[in-house]
Amino acid sequence: MQYAAPKSVQDAVELLAGEAGVAHVLAGGTDVLVQMKMGMVEPDLLVDIKHITRLKDITAEAGGFRIGAAVSGAELGEHAGVGTLWPGVVEAVELIGSTQVQGRATMAGNLCNASPAGDSVPAMAAAGAVARIAGPDGTRDCLVADIPTAPGRTSLGNGEFITSIFLPARPENASDAYLRFIPRTEMDIAVASAAVSLEFDTEGKCSAATVILGAVGPTILNVNADCLLGTTLDDAALEALAAACSATAIPIDDKRGTAEFRKDVVGVLAKRAAKIAQTRAGVTS
Amino acid sequence: MALDTEKREFKIIGTRPLRPDGIDKVTGRALYGADMVAPGMLEGKILRSPHAHARIVSIDASAALALQGVKAVVTASDFSEAKGELMQNILENCMAQDKALYHGHAVAAVAATSETIAKQALKLIKVDYEVLPHVTEIEDAVKPDAPVLRPDRRAKGAPEGTPANITNLSNFGHGDLEAGFAKADLIIERSFRTESTHQGYIEPHACLASMGPDGKADLWCCTQGHYAVRDMCASFLGMSLSQLRVTASEIGGGFGGKTVVFIEPVALALSRKAGKPVKMAMTREEVFKASGPTPSSLADIKIGMTKGGKITAAHAKLRFQGGAFPSGTIDLGAMCAFAAYDLEAVRAEGFNVMTNRPREAAYRAPGAPIGVYPVEALIDELCIELGLDPLDVRLLNAADKGTKSSYGPTFEAIGLKATLEAAKAHRHYNTPLGPNQGRGVSCGFWFNFGGSTSVSMSVNDDGTVAVTEGNPDIGGSRASVGMMAAEELGIPYENIRTIVADTNSIGFNDPTHGSRVTFSVGLATIEAARDAIKKMCTRVAKIWDIDPDAVMWEDGHARPAGENAGNYEPMSLAEIAAIASKTGGPIAGHYEVNADSAGVSFGVHLADIEVDPETGFSTVLRYTVFQDAGKAIHPAYVEGQMQGGAAQGIGWAMNEEYIYGKDGLLQNAGFLDYRIPVASDLPPIEAVILEIPNPGHPYGVRGVGETAIVPPLAAVSNAVSRAIGKRMRALPMSPPKILKVIKG
Ligand SMILES: Cc1cc2nc3c(=O)[nH]c(=O)nc-3n(C[C@H](O)[C@H](O)[C@H](O)COP(=O)(O)OP(=O)(O)OC[C@H]3O[C@@H](n4cnc5c(N)ncnc54)[C@H](O)[C@@H]3O)c2cc1C
Repeated sequence: MQYAAPKSVQDAVELLAGEAGVAHVLAGGTDVLVQMKMGMVEPDLLVDIKHITRLKDITAEAGGFRIGAAVSGAELGEHAGVGTLWPGVVEAVELIGSTQVQGRATMAGNLCNASPAGDSVPAMAAAGAVARIAGPDGTRDCLVADIPTAPGRTSLGNGEFITSIFLPARPENASDAYLRFIPRTEMDIAVASAAVSLEFDTEGKCSAATVILGAVGPTILNVNADCLLGTTLDDAALEALAAACSATAIPIDDKRGTAEFRKDVVGVLAKRAAKIAQTRAGVTS
Repeated sequence: MALDTEKREFKIIGTRPLRPDGIDKVTGRALYGADMVAPGMLEGKILRSPHAHARIVSIDASAALALQGVKAVVTASDFSEAKGELMQNILENCMAQDKALYHGHAVAAVAATSETIAKQALKLIKVDYEVLPHVTEIEDAVKPDAPVLRPDRRAKGAPEGTPANITNLSNFGHGDLEAGFAKADLIIERSFRTESTHQGYIEPHACLASMGPDGKADLWCCTQGHYAVRDMCASFLGMSLSQLRVTASEIGGGFGGKTVVFIEPVALALSRKAGKPVKMAMTREEVFKASGPTPSSLADIKIGMTKGGKITAAHAKLRFQGGAFPSGTIDLGAMCAFAAYDLEAVRAEGFNVMTNRPREAAYRAPGAPIGVYPVEALIDELCIELGLDPLDVRLLNAADKGTKSSYGPTFEAIGLKATLEAAKAHRHYNTPLGPNQGRGVSCGFWFNFGGSTSVSMSVNDDGTVAVTEGNPDIGGSRASVGMMAAEELGIPYENIRTIVADTNSIGFNDPTHGSRVTFSVGLATIEAARDAIKKMCTRVAKIWDIDPDAVMWEDGHARPAGENAGNYEPMSLAEIAAIASKTGGPIAGHYEVNADSAGVSFGVHLADIEVDPETGFSTVLRYTVFQDAGKAIHPAYVEGQMQGGAAQGIGWAMNEEYIYGKDGLLQNAGFLDYRIPVASDLPPIEAVILEIPNPGHPYGVRGVGETAIVPPLAAVSNAVSRAIGKRMRALPMSPPKILKVIKG
């Protein structure tokens, strides 16, 4: 196995594209190194992207923020601006692992690991985040929601990798929230999760709603949340949201929970996340 | 070794000095199993069965042996025939013979110059398996058409028609059940279920074995009992006991799971074959697949009660599965089930059944948590039905001095009533609960053990003392043993260093199990100190030229007594030690005993739990342990045992379980999906120590290590059931299961 620590995006792309065997990007390594230890992946090449210039930067851009692919959860959590603009995304990233894992784990790594239970993915998707991808054919942008295609699979092509993730600007009276269910309080993987991003009009009525579910299907799932529009998130609207979530979820029975349980709980999480987002948006019902 | 009759004022006992191993453990200087190295050392790895049940048709290791760096491969044929069924079972669990009996059962092992090469070599060993039908659940294993694991392991003397996988039968109790039930105002009969749990020690099994061409061997390993390791390994390798010296490393938890061998004989066999030292360490996955777990269980409990709360009759039918081998843990479960109560008519019967799962290993009060849980849960249900206070009902029925226990013997002085009264008077029990909250109560019992013990101590020239014992220190025992030596000798605790010696250095010691160390090693230490004191008094008598009986020991000094009182200047231990070579040579004390006076111990736990009615997530809000310690030598470590047992029991009740698929394969061999509680899952656990002296120990010590894991299963289950207003009758109570019961 080879380990490379290129200094530029171009070098990284060339290394990745040039490897005939199995190549893996190494960001925080909190997935890939664990998988290697367990014998689940045996890469021929690891390309460490932490030494590439600017990949550890968080920069303001068009009212939003561009977050380098090597920015760790802890670094993101300490950035005041991102947390104010997209508190739901930041809380989702900060749920990943422990203090030690936070010092390493990245959002892009969470995304590209393509686990249906990845915590930051529903929150990024609900925020309309866009991944910037470098590859042999140059640079392209792609919605975060379109990156995972199946458990462990992404839409990235050969030699491509994510250099940054862009969180867009957002209007006034808007906010987001993310909740997951785990059987313990820490160090666990989502059994079901829901990210909610809401906008409200001046009267406090919901004017836009994006609800994304995690861990209840092979990839994240987008819920039609029209039931919230025009409401102040009254009980009926929230119950309708919970029902929509349960109907959208297509979970499996496994060691982490039954399908029935996941369908139930994902609706509860969405309801509760919606209320948190509403409070954060400064809207009271 | 009775309780000292004179009431004494302790100077050191009951204080909380620093533990002597503390600095080493927090700085990383302490050497654990995997820290041992030797020049030329090889790495050993085990090939494990991918099947739940399979005949091993052939093993071809030629390709592995041809790999550069591979020095030896061993299989079952490299071991001697073990003597007796128990030893045969342990050996077969270390290395499969004609059949792989469970997913993860060892089938071969290699030693190579690096771990990477050893792992590659495993892939090159060709095992031809004939896959057999498997069975992992109790209900299935007793069916007439169930696959039979070992036809020769069926319970001896079992009645006609007993299913072939049943290996052990138990039956304890007394009195006329029928007459008892006839006196009851309410009889409830319920069924309960628990799943297998793992001890969850943080340190995986690890060892270093080195055998020379002359057949002499040394083994360093992480174990609760290195004498037991020596005896088992020597038997499996056909060695005499004197040829194998075993040294115990520091231990990162054992909880019963490290009282037996797994990799140690394999490392020795590899070392013998390769002619080099061999190190082995299990991965966490191997720990889950091949070591540990407890039995899983099914129970049918029937209890009759009067309107006033008096139990008139009680019956338990317990069914344990203890993995692929016979297991006597069912006896302990059946004996403990009703031990807390003074009952006229009681019976607990049960059996153990073989399944394609790893061989059950002891876990803290083995059998007791799952024997007691269904009983304490049913008593809670009866209390609710009859509108009675759960502590009052337990007080009314509590066993006491003179009670004929449900398993036979009559109790001596015991502390159950005092413990229940302490719980009742505690502010925890009298604090109101909020919505969705419930409070659970449970009693628990454990026998405690004494066993074979050897201690020696030498008085150094400078007046310090070296204490040598043979029990790996799991819970602070070097501190407690040092304290007892210091107390008895009358010298400062800091002047004592206690070490755990290897198997060649002092006499035999049973493992650190059965909550025996502070009791037995403590008792032997006190007696060894008295032996040394006697010798010192004799030396001083010589110097003073008076009768040895006329010299007494007080506060670390020899003093003239009786008619000589005041005639001579007292001599301190240090003064006596300094001139020892002139008065007859080195001074040492020792004591060897098979201690049979361990006092039983009872505990009562209170748990407050809140359940989220929409998700089934439960939070332990408050938890208090009340337990009789006899005499708490080092109260901080007694509290630590009480808290640790409670934490493990809470995990058992809430989320821990072995999960097998229909394919018979273990699905959660790791800490991600085998959920022990993390720190944030637990509230501060308050420990209330009661001291009802054990009449069988000079200071009154009872074992405390195990009792604390017995009550939590029912305390938590009763709290959850009261919080949701419905009865939970299966463990673990993971959120999906709770939500299902809430939704009815
Ligand atoms: C103890 C522990 C607890 C954990 N808890 C959680 C949790 O609570 N929630 C959760 O969601 N996850 C959890 N994880 C998983 C993991 O920490 C996260 O998925 C993390 O975000 C991965 O980021 P990373 O930078 O470490 O990824 P890496 O391990 O470096 O990479 C993960 C995968 O993505 C690929 N990759 C990484 N970066 C890029 C890129 N820029 N472009 C293309 N491909 C890339 C890698 O090749 C690899 O296949 C936990 C892991 C551990 C060890």
